[in-house]
Amino acid sequence: MTGSKAKSAQAPHIGQGALISNSPALHFHGSAAIAGTFIFDPLDLDIAAGKWTCLLGASGVGKTTVLRLLAGLGDHIDHVGSIKTSDGQSFAGRISLMAQTDNLMPWLDVFDNIVIGSRLRGDAVDGDRAEKLIEQVGLTAHRHKKPNALSGGQRQRVALARTLMEGRPIVLLDEPFSALDAKIRAEMQELAARLFAGKTVCLITHDPGEAARLGDVIFVMNATGLHSVTPPSSPVIRPYDAPDVLACQGQLLRLLRETP
Amino acid sequence: MMRALRIIGVTMLILSLWHLLVVLTGLPAFILPSPARVGMALAGNLVLIAHHASVTMAEVMIGLLLGAVLGVMTAISLAQSPIARVVVRPMMVLSQALPVFALAPVLTLWLGYGLWPKIIMALLIIYFPVTSAFFDGLMQTPRGMLDQAKVMQARPWQIMRHIRIPAAIPALASGLRLAAVYAPIGAIIGEWVGASQGLGYLMLLANGRAKIDLMFAALIVLAVLTLLLHASVDRLCSYVVRRQQA
Repeated sequence: MTGSKAKSAQAPHIGQGALISNSPALHFHGSAAIAGTFIFDPLDLDIAAGKWTCLLGASGVGKTTVLRLLAGLGDHIDHVGSIKTSDGQSFAGRISLMAQTDNLMPWLDVFDNIVIGSRLRGDAVDGDRAEKLIEQVGLTAHRHKKPNALSGGQRQRVALARTLMEGRPIVLLDEPFSALDAKIRAEMQELAARLFAGKTVCLITHDPGEAARLGDVIFVMNATGLHSVTPPSSPVIRPYDAPDVLACQGQLLRLLRETP
Repeated sequence: MMRALRIIGVTMLILSLWHLLVVLTGLPAFILPSPARVGMALAGNLVLIAHHASVTMAEVMIGLLLGAVLGVMTAISLAQSPIARVVVRPMMVLSQALPVFALAPVLTLWLGYGLWPKIIMALLIIYFPVTSAFFDGLMQTPRGMLDQAKVMQARPWQIMRHIRIPAAIPALASGLRLAAVYAPIGAIIGEWVGASQGLGYLMLLANGRAKIDLMFAALIVLAVLTLLLHASVDRLCSYVVRRQQA
């Protein structure tokens, strides 16, 4: 599954309705502090419309704080600045989030976990759409299983389908693949790249290889701020062993290590 | 099978020690009757004891049920509403400063000698543990699940229904396990204060008539029934929790 973006765009995907065609760009500006403890200096982050923007950084530089602010989960964060969408419309109801922990409900089976969003809003459940998504993430045989009966990779597939089920144009990914083993991680990256095609994606990661494979736009975040890095010229998702991807990965790692 | 053998073994051991104690100390039967005498009293008064046991168990079960329902409802409203937390929670904690037993005479005064004062005693005794265990569970929903719900623009009541309550079921189960042990205490206290039926009443009656072996028989039936109740509630809770997550 090393499908390029161009290839995958031809296949019809669920969740790519009218909402997706106007995936907006995002602009984040400002500094952040939590309970008086300073997290980062004012910075400007541009998240490109309908593309993968990777925010790479070591633990503790505040990349998750940026993501939480974008997700509207920043109640406890003192954010001085602004978050804007390119179409000027509000964020509310246009974002979905996929975190490192899958946050599946252990008491719900695969299907019910995928449709939890509708249930939580009190909306009608689109069962057909959920069934198709289960098929797309390859979990048809596990439809009635509960999370405890699934492997880590399968659980993240459920989380992926749940994210797609929301049908939101903006997708925030907080290291969703970092707890998976290398083989499953590569598969999940490919699946996500295919299924999230056309959406505005912001991926937080500490894995230079992941950023080099997936980033249409790549930023390295460290104590000195945000640094833009030119991604490899090939379209995402890139093969992990292409020379320019490996070179980019090396460059990213160097940037991570050189700066404090 | 092993379990049954173990229970029988432990019972035999206790009975032997009891018998040994009676033989060695030579305690008179009106202080500590031998297991054989108690067994005979039990066999000779089976219908009588069964009748009083059924009354006590009815009080316990109804009290347990009502207390659990009331506790669950209180915990949910406390968890859902910050105002309720500010107003009701201190009242609940304060109410625990009052020994519930002290209310038994008042309840008997108000409600008479029937089932209700005992049911309410059982209810009062389990209300706090159930409420507090379930409330703690409701307040400890994993952060990530709530974040996910917030991004999904969930409604507060739907979060309660679809996430917080199911996530707190194991906590409720531990509250109910405790309640199953506490509820008989409430019913017996109620019966001691004023009753015409029930194992607590039978114990006092037997004591008054110097039928110590009958008193012990009633005590043992009470202990066995309490153990059975605890075991059933425990089984049921474990089953529900296991079913819920697998």
